[in-house]
Amino acid sequence: MLEQSKKDKVTSDLLASIRLTNSFKAWMAFLSISLIVCLGAYVYQLNEGLVVTGLGDYVSWGMYISTFVFFVATSLIGMLISAVLGLSGQKWAAPLARIAEIIALAFAAVAGLVIITDMGRPDRLLNVFIHGRIQSPIVWDITVVTIYVLISTLFLYIPLIPDLKICSEKINKLHPMAQKAYKLLSLNWNGSHEQEQILKKLTRSIAIFIIPVAFAIHTVTSWLFANTLRVGWDSTIFGPYFITGAFVSGTSAIVIAMYFFRKNYKLEEYLSLDLFDKVGKLLVLVSLVYLYFNINEYLVPAYKMKKYDALHITALFTGAHALMFWSVQFFGLVLPIILLVFNKMRKPLPLLIIASFVFIGGWFKRYIIVVPTMEHPFLPIQNVPLNFKVYTPTLTESLVTLAPFILVLLIITVLSKVIPVISIHETIESLEEKNN
Amino acid sequence: MIEKEEQPKKKSRREFLQQLGIVGVGTALGGSAILAGINYDKNKTDAQRIRVLTAENELLEIEKGDATKIIPSKHGNLTYLQQQGRDGIAGKRFVMVIDLSKCQNARKCMAACQHAHDLRPEQHHMNVLKMEETETTPPFYMPKPCQHCDNPPCVAVCPVDATFKRADGIVLIDNERCIGCRFCIAACPYSARIFNWAEPLNAQGDKDKVYNVELNVPQKKGTISKCLFSADQVREGKLPYCASACPNGVYYFGDENEDAVTNGTTKETFRFKKLLEDNGGYTLMPELGTKPRVYYLPPKGKTVPFQDKDREEAAEHLHHT
Repeated sequence: MLEQSKKDKVTSDLLASIRLTNSFKAWMAFLSISLIVCLGAYVYQLNEGLVVTGLGDYVSWGMYISTFVFFVATSLIGMLISAVLGLSGQKWAAPLARIAEIIALAFAAVAGLVIITDMGRPDRLLNVFIHGRIQSPIVWDITVVTIYVLISTLFLYIPLIPDLKICSEKINKLHPMAQKAYKLLSLNWNGSHEQEQILKKLTRSIAIFIIPVAFAIHTVTSWLFANTLRVGWDSTIFGPYFITGAFVSGTSAIVIAMYFFRKNYKLEEYLSLDLFDKVGKLLVLVSLVYLYFNINEYLVPAYKMKKYDALHITALFTGAHALMFWSVQFFGLVLPIILLVFNKMRKPLPLLIIASFVFIGGWFKRYIIVVPTMEHPFLPIQNVPLNFKVYTPTLTESLVTLAPFILVLLIITVLSKVIPVISIHETIESLEEKNN
Repeated sequence: MIEKEEQPKKKSRREFLQQLGIVGVGTALGGSAILAGINYDKNKTDAQRIRVLTAENELLEIEKGDATKIIPSKHGNLTYLQQQGRDGIAGKRFVMVIDLSKCQNARKCMAACQHAHDLRPEQHHMNVLKMEETETTPPFYMPKPCQHCDNPPCVAVCPVDATFKRADGIVLIDNERCIGCRFCIAACPYSARIFNWAEPLNAQGDKDKVYNVELNVPQKKGTISKCLFSADQVREGKLPYCASACPNGVYYFGDENEDAVTNGTTKETFRFKKLLEDNGGYTLMPELGTKPRVYYLPPKGKTVPFQDKDREEAAEHLHHT
């Protein structure tokens, strides 16, 4: 048996982050003020119409849709870490499960809001439910994203139940209301063998169920593009191309989160160097797979240079979008793969820097997928102002695009302040297993 | 839909409304598409007869068996104009033929269209393009309306049935339902759709107008618009705004079922199929499988040459940027 003192140490270490600190308050204030500024920009857009963006009749989807795709992509990390790695017996990833689920839930839930910022008539949102047509990929997308958000919530909540019980009992100087809430949410958890069995079964069922749903959300998101006749989107590999890209963005996101939780919440012992090393390797793996899909996606049309494909490919390779295209491929994919092969680069700080490049590259990658295609329709763009031919995002649009990022940070920060970011229950359990 | 049909089995030469049966409420529907034309046999007894009120407010007594119920519109709970706009015009299959050999880039079509639909100068339902398909083939002017595809990608992707295909071939938009997602713009390979990014041009003046789906006026901020084949004109038996405004005889418009199209300038009527056959008619990008209802006649034997000043813009689309 594990000594009680060791259990207590784990418990107090992992509960330590759940308290209001001044730095937390300052960070929240900063986020809230930023969010209010961005919401102001959105209110301005609501009043004036989408004319305040750089969008036009030809490039009619821009940063908002890119951000939507990026958010759905990043949210897939919950499925990768908790379900795929968990079910395949990769025990090293277990301490990351909760962080992955927090990220997944935050990004998936906010993705739904991002899509609303792109709507010309957000006041008619309910029409999607009243008049929804099953033929439209948008309806599929709304359906699966909603399901994914719900399952992700369960996937975060169910394994959390024992920890909620611990929270209600072990946190010092807890506000009585908060204690009541923890107790209520812990659903009378008493740690009996029977309850343990139910918890394990349920967690496993959700882990299995979430895999097809996660694949569905990003495959359907890719179909918003692939199901059109447009050059650059009209591709049969868009589903797997998006899924593999999602793993890259998601993995980079979890590295960033790990780094800050480790540092700010003093979790060096739990988010160990070894864990960073392994996640670094995971990032290499998923990036290599994504690189492979990129080569497929661009090289095949570039070899043939069909009339309209040629316009698109040339714009990406040597034309107006070349700088962004090659930067994304090099700094967001190729260079990280090369660097991460070295042990030293998989230490927390270098890994954070590399992952940040991958993460930012991931957003620009979505921009590269969405925008250039719209600048190259089959028929010439004529008799319209110049800003219809070339898309240049505006300040208002940029602020509105920032809002979801801030909101995600807010959600992650708040969640990490009310629940332990690493499962206490499972950490103790795995220590016990090791001991036996 | 209400259709007028011959009833060959009847003894006398009579035409009946096939789907008539609304009693009394006909007036409430006001001017609905019921077409009159009922003769009746006076030898029947009163018991077998019923009285019906036609759309023209005429009270008729007809044989009970001759009346059939109106099939209610699939589109219940809509305003009258919207219902009519979604039902379309029975028995018709509208087509347009654009003769590229006659287009001189006069742009009267564009102006008439923008005027009718309250569009801004940069908003085009109808756009006359300067085309140059390859470096070695000659440039030409090509008016480009919505192609009113029989397999319309825009309709397929619309999440709320705001854009729809009518039985008479016309693709329309209900801007009171459109949520402004612009998926249809992304899906349309002909760049036929525009969006009201800002408050529409004549928002103030149109404020009190009842929305007419067939004209798409008043335009609404945050919703889509596009060429409607002038469905409002067509309902009145007139030619589309663009066709009527053209000074050069570029446009033909008509009904595929009747195999007849009428030139908007000369008002001459031609056999639709013969016109295509004699002049090498084609559709835009047939390889996409969209099945357009707009046909083009090639720019063969042009009387007015392509203008030199337009060459540069025509060639722009070929350049890689």
